[in-house]
Amino acid sequence: MKFFTKLAVAAGVAALLSSAAYADSLKGKTIGFSQIGSESGWRAAETSVTKQQAEKRGINLKFADAQQKQENQIKAIRGFIAQGVDAILVAPVVSTGWDAVLGEAKDAKIPVILLDRGVDAPQDLYLTSVASDQVKEGKVAGDWLVKTVGDKKCNVVELQGTVGSTPAINRKKGFEEAIKGHDNIKIVRSQTGDFTRSKGKEVMEGFIKAEDGGKNICAMYAHNDDMAVGGIQAIKDAGLKPGKDVLVVSVDAVPDIFKAMMNNEANATVELTPNMAGPAFDALDAYWTSKKVPEKFIITESKLYTPNDDPKKVYEEKKGLGY
Amino acid sequence: MKLKKFSRLINPQSIALVVVLLVNWALFPGFFNVTWQDGRLFGSLIDVLNRGVPVAILAIGMSAVIATKGVDLSVGAVMAISGAVAATLVTDGYPAYVAVLAALAIGIVCGVWNGILVAFLEIQPIIATLVLMVAGRGIAQLITAGSIVTFSDPLLIFIGTGSFAGLPMPVVIAIVLLVLSVFLVRSSAVGLFIESVGVNRAAASLAGIRSGLLLVAVYGFSGFCAAVSGLIVAGDIKGADANNAGLWLELDAILAVVIGGTSLLGGRFSIAMSVLGAIIIQAMNTGILVSGFPPEFNLVVKAGVIILIFTMQSPLATRFIESRKNARALARKAS
Repeated sequence: MKFFTKLAVAAGVAALLSSAAYADSLKGKTIGFSQIGSESGWRAAETSVTKQQAEKRGINLKFADAQQKQENQIKAIRGFIAQGVDAILVAPVVSTGWDAVLGEAKDAKIPVILLDRGVDAPQDLYLTSVASDQVKEGKVAGDWLVKTVGDKKCNVVELQGTVGSTPAINRKKGFEEAIKGHDNIKIVRSQTGDFTRSKGKEVMEGFIKAEDGGKNICAMYAHNDDMAVGGIQAIKDAGLKPGKDVLVVSVDAVPDIFKAMMNNEANATVELTPNMAGPAFDALDAYWTSKKVPEKFIITESKLYTPNDDPKKVYEEKKGLGY
Repeated sequence: MKLKKFSRLINPQSIALVVVLLVNWALFPGFFNVTWQDGRLFGSLIDVLNRGVPVAILAIGMSAVIATKGVDLSVGAVMAISGAVAATLVTDGYPAYVAVLAALAIGIVCGVWNGILVAFLEIQPIIATLVLMVAGRGIAQLITAGSIVTFSDPLLIFIGTGSFAGLPMPVVIAIVLLVLSVFLVRSSAVGLFIESVGVNRAAASLAGIRSGLLLVAVYGFSGFCAAVSGLIVAGDIKGADANNAGLWLELDAILAVVIGGTSLLGGRFSIAMSVLGAIIIQAMNTGILVSGFPPEFNLVVKAGVIILIFTMQSPLATRFIESRKNARALARKAS
C-alpha cells in the first residue's frame, strides 16, 4: 500500500512539473530558502513543492525553517551569505525590518527573491517577488458564480476568513467586484468562520436556520476550503444537498475539497498555488542566462478547478504535498 | 419552602440567559422554532446546546480546578492532542474503541502532569499549565504532522454528530458528564475536600486531607474533560485539526466558570452554574450568527453582555438589591 502511495505521489510530482527540459544555468547552483515555518497545511505544501522544484532542476537547496521568528530568518539569511550561496529565497514572516539584511545580501551580490508575501523595503534590495493576487482569487470565484447562475436569482452566504486579515479582506473585495452589476446575485449573510472547519460548520448551521432552513440560500462562498468543508457538513446535516441545493465555491484548492468534488458536494475552488518557487527559479534562470531582470512582482495564476477537472487526479497529486 | 426553591432559580445567570435568548428571538423571530428532522431535533436552540458542549464540558473540569484556587490553561491544547491521537489511531487501522480510550487516557495523563507540577513541585497553576498550553499544541501538530487528519470511522463521527433520543450526541455526553460529576462531588465529601483545599491548602492538609493527591486527581479530571471535548470537536468535523481545535477555548471555559459565579480565589464552586455559563456564551455566539450583524461586531457585542453580567453579579449590585429589599420590607412594616 505504502508503495502505491509513493507511486501516486511520484506520478503527481511528475504531472506537476512540465515535461520541458530545464536550462542548465540552474544546475549545480546552491540556493538558500528561508521558510516561515509550518503553521498551515498550505505552508507545508509550499515547502515540499519548493524542494521538489529544486530537485527537478538540479539545484542544491539549503532549507531553513524560521519557526515564525524574524530573527531566525535574518540569521538564516546571514548564514546563506556567509556560505556564499548563489541566490536566496525568503518567505518573510513580517513585512518590516528587512533593509539591513537584504542590504548585506545585495553587497554580496546575491539575488534575493521574496515568496508569497511582500516587504516594506526599497525595491532595489530584492530581485523580484512571487505572490498570488488575493483580490483576483475572490474575483475568479465570483466570476464562476455569475457564469453558473446566469440570470437566476441567487442568494449567497459568505464565510469570511479571520476578521481584519488580508486574505479575508481581499477575497471579499474580489468576489464583490465580480458580482457587481449582477443584481440577481446578492450576498445575504456574511460572517467570519476564522478559516477553520469547525467555525465554518457552526456559522453555516446558523445561516441555514436564519434563511428558512437553507431554502433561501443558493450558494455558499467560503474564503478558504477548510471552512467550505465544514459548511458542506452543515448543509448535509440540514437535509440539503451541497453542490446541488446549495452551490459551493471556495478558495485555496487543498486536497480535501477535491474529495468533496469527487462526491459532487463542492462546485468550484480557486487555487492558491503552493508552487511559488517554480516561477522564482524561472526568473533566476532568465536572469542568469540572458541577464534579463524580471518584473518586481510576479503574480501566480489563480486557477479555477471544477468537478470537470478530474478532481480524483488532482487529489492524488496534492495529497502527498503535506497539506 | 417551595417559594425559596423557586427564588433560587432567579439568579443573575438565569436572568442573563433568558435576556440573551429573548434578544436573539427579537433579532431572529424563528429562534425558538424546533422541528423534527431525520430523527433528531433541529433548530437554533439545539444549535446553542450542541455548540456550547465543548466549552461546557471544559467548564465542568475547570470548575473543580478553579475551586482549588487553581486554573488550567492547557485544556484547549489537550483537546487538540486528544483529537489528534484518536484520528491518527483510526487512520492507522486501530479499532475505534482503542482510539477513544487512548485519547481519554492521554487527556488524563496530561492532566496528571499538570497536577504533579502544581501539587508536588508547587509551581503556580497559571504557569504550570501554561507549559502544556504552549507545548501541547506542538505535540498535537507533531502527531498529525501539521495537517488535518480526516477519518471516516463511524464511532468517532457518531460521538461528534450522532444523535440519541432526538438530542445531538455531544449534548447527551455533556448531560451524563454533568450529572455524574455533580453526583460525585455533592453526594460524597469530595466537593467539600476540593473547597477546603481551595480555601487554605495548609489547613486542609493539617485537617487530614491528602491535598497533593486530591490536586492531581482534580487536574487529571480536567484533562479527562478536555479529552472528551477534543473527541467531540474532532468527530464533529470528521477530522483532527491540530492547529485550531480548542484554540482559545480555555479562556471561554474560564469565562463560563466565572459567569457561573465561581470565584477565581477558590473555595466555592458550582459545576451546574458553570455549564449554564457556557450556554450563555454560546447563546450569544449563535445569536450573533442568526442576527445578521457584520462580523466586526461579534466581539464587541460579546464584551458588552459579559460586562453586564459581571456588573449584575458584583458586590455593589448585590448590596444595592439587598438594600432596596430591606427598604421595601421596612416600608411595608411601617404601613
